[in-house]
Amino acid sequence: MSEPLTPEARTAAPTEPRHKRTNLRTRLRGWVPYLFISPFFVIFLVFGLFPLLFSVYLSFHRWEPAAGLAAMNWVGFENYVYIVLNDDWFHKSLYNTGWMAIVSGVPQHLVALPLAFFLHMAFKRWRNAVVGAYFLPFITSSVAISLVFSTLFSRDYGVINASIAALHELPVFSWFLPAQNIDWGQPQYTKWMISFVVFWRYVGWNTVLYLSAMQTIPKDLFEAATMDGATRWQQFRHVVLPLLRPMIFFAVTLTIIGNLQLFEEPFILTGGTGGIDQAGKTAAMHMYATAFVDGDFGTASAVAWLLFMLIAAVTWLNNKLLGQKEDKA
Amino acid sequence: MKNMIKPLLLALSGVTVALVTAGASAQTKVTITVASFPDLDRGVKAAIPLYQKLHPEVEIKLASLAYPDHHTAMTTALATGANLPDVMAVDNDFIGKFAESGGLEDLSKAPYNAMQYRSKVAKFSYPQAMSGTGALNAMPVDIGPGAMFYRKDLTDKAGVTEADLTKSWESYIEAGKKVKAATGAYMLGNAVDIKDIYIRSGLKDGEGIYFDKKGQPLVTSARFAKAFELAKAARTAGIDGKIGAWSNEWTEGFKRDRIASQMMGAWLNGHLTNWLAKESAGKWRSAQLPNNSFGYWGGSFYAIPKKAQNKAAAWEFIKFLTLNKEMQLEAFRKLDAFPSLIEAQNDAFLDQPIEYLGGQKARQQWKVAADKIQAIAVDKYDPVARDVVNAELEKVLEQNKDIKTALADAQATLKKRVRR
Repeated sequence: MSEPLTPEARTAAPTEPRHKRTNLRTRLRGWVPYLFISPFFVIFLVFGLFPLLFSVYLSFHRWEPAAGLAAMNWVGFENYVYIVLNDDWFHKSLYNTGWMAIVSGVPQHLVALPLAFFLHMAFKRWRNAVVGAYFLPFITSSVAISLVFSTLFSRDYGVINASIAALHELPVFSWFLPAQNIDWGQPQYTKWMISFVVFWRYVGWNTVLYLSAMQTIPKDLFEAATMDGATRWQQFRHVVLPLLRPMIFFAVTLTIIGNLQLFEEPFILTGGTGGIDQAGKTAAMHMYATAFVDGDFGTASAVAWLLFMLIAAVTWLNNKLLGQKEDKA
Repeated sequence: MKNMIKPLLLALSGVTVALVTAGASAQTKVTITVASFPDLDRGVKAAIPLYQKLHPEVEIKLASLAYPDHHTAMTTALATGANLPDVMAVDNDFIGKFAESGGLEDLSKAPYNAMQYRSKVAKFSYPQAMSGTGALNAMPVDIGPGAMFYRKDLTDKAGVTEADLTKSWESYIEAGKKVKAATGAYMLGNAVDIKDIYIRSGLKDGEGIYFDKKGQPLVTSARFAKAFELAKAARTAGIDGKIGAWSNEWTEGFKRDRIASQMMGAWLNGHLTNWLAKESAGKWRSAQLPNNSFGYWGGSFYAIPKKAQNKAAAWEFIKFLTLNKEMQLEAFRKLDAFPSLIEAQNDAFLDQPIEYLGGQKARQQWKVAADKIQAIAVDKYDPVARDVVNAELEKVLEQNKDIKTALADAQATLKKRVRR
């Protein structure tokens, strides 16, 4: 009738009641760690895994949520077929996303790498303060940033147009700057405007990533390079860049994922519509509109999964281009 | 130790008695939850103390969220059937979708029998909340009769009269040119406004804006073609500021005397007075919309979810908010929410001059508009259609796309998007 004892319990328990107590304690002890880590798993199941699986399930349905769960209709791959073949707005938003991902993403790294090198070499005592200044846009609320920039880019009352107008008064600038206020809401400017804001926001983040990686490069290498007569440029090209490759891969991967999911900045800057001719509408904005304006959560879920597949594919490609070379090196 | 037991037992019995009596009173007391959004919630806040004087047994809890969050939360609540309020506020933009959802009580049926009150409220307000099957899913609490607010000082400077503004769309555009030339101000924020009114006016009772009764899109009709032409004419004349409503440019435009007129619901008066153009008090006037057009902007409703807990108490409170003259007038006074109840529309309050509008008795004018607005059938795909049409109009205005092609494209896109 007595429960089997573990070997430890048997040796540590000279009397019968003590046996039982120790047994219980031992068994509990076995569970306690799980109890302590359970909040993570419970929260992950409820807020992580369940929505994930539900959205897969949902993407095979037509469902208008206000009608309740009973109103879900199984449609198989219809939503996916519709998006790939017929949803012109998705195609357009995907093009916009790719365009802005490249135009805002590539310069981020082209500027952040030399900037980090410059900060690493030039600033000794004030480095943290300067890095903090560059990092500030990253930790500021994207809504606040977008609102500030939409005010700056205001056609009639914005500082940018006011500055252009002031420069136009000067003799040389008047040749190439327009006399009229620029309407930044025009489709030919929308993507540039959003890309600029995204670039401005994340260049500091990448700089901090690169700077932290540079700080791990042994000083001896720089000293040896200097002894060999290498210039700053040669040090950057032949010492820093090769050693930074893993960090470049990591930072570029983050940029790819972030830019393909771009939402807040274009949403606020274009008043939620994507602007004239939907020039600034991203795939994430299209997904949001499909769900919350059109009330079509099934198609929106399918958009989400297509976007996920795209991000996975591009990240894989990036791994092929940047990551694997490092392995071989 | 024994001495301790007696007082302990006494105390315990006292607590038990207190719990039982509290339980008994709680049984008779009903708590209803009302979910709403600013500023509509101010009407509920004003109603709670008054209602509790009449019904002390009812406790009312108000849960208020920002406008988009409220409607998202209600969508989620209807989807899952969890956390549903007893009384759900619904804005005009969402009423079509919610009414079609089937998640709300049909108020036309027993025990509500709300069709008996139909003649008591603005005639166009009931059909807004009715689904295609004829179910009434919400009660109107306020309506938004359309009006044109204009700057009298600016039009005077340009030698333009109110009749010039309202006679026809052509005369309105002509007047706009004069105002622009004389004052530099844009006649209107965005040419899209003209399209928005034109597609809503001249409809027969029961017709939809974008779809017919069978759900077929109507966007290639002459009504849309004319609406697009007028908007294009205004843009070509350079009298619109290309400014979206509620944007920074828009609010600054009012503050800096750059917008001479704005067509919207009568409730705009409250926004102008309170924050949009506080400093221009006395300079604004209200007029009817050009070309004898009558349409509505906005309006709010109260609904009872099918899975609500206290439907009877919720219905009584909704009746208090929507059919009680005093409550309707209170909301009108406090939030500029134009009453849906005709009895309230006939009150002497409507004769009071509005200081902000230079002493104009504009509320009577809005009532005239409210009487003439036709009932328009709503469709759950109206928001999709609105986006499709606006996207094509932008191409017409900004990229000189041919109107006929734009409308044909809109129709094709719409058919694809709604996948009926």
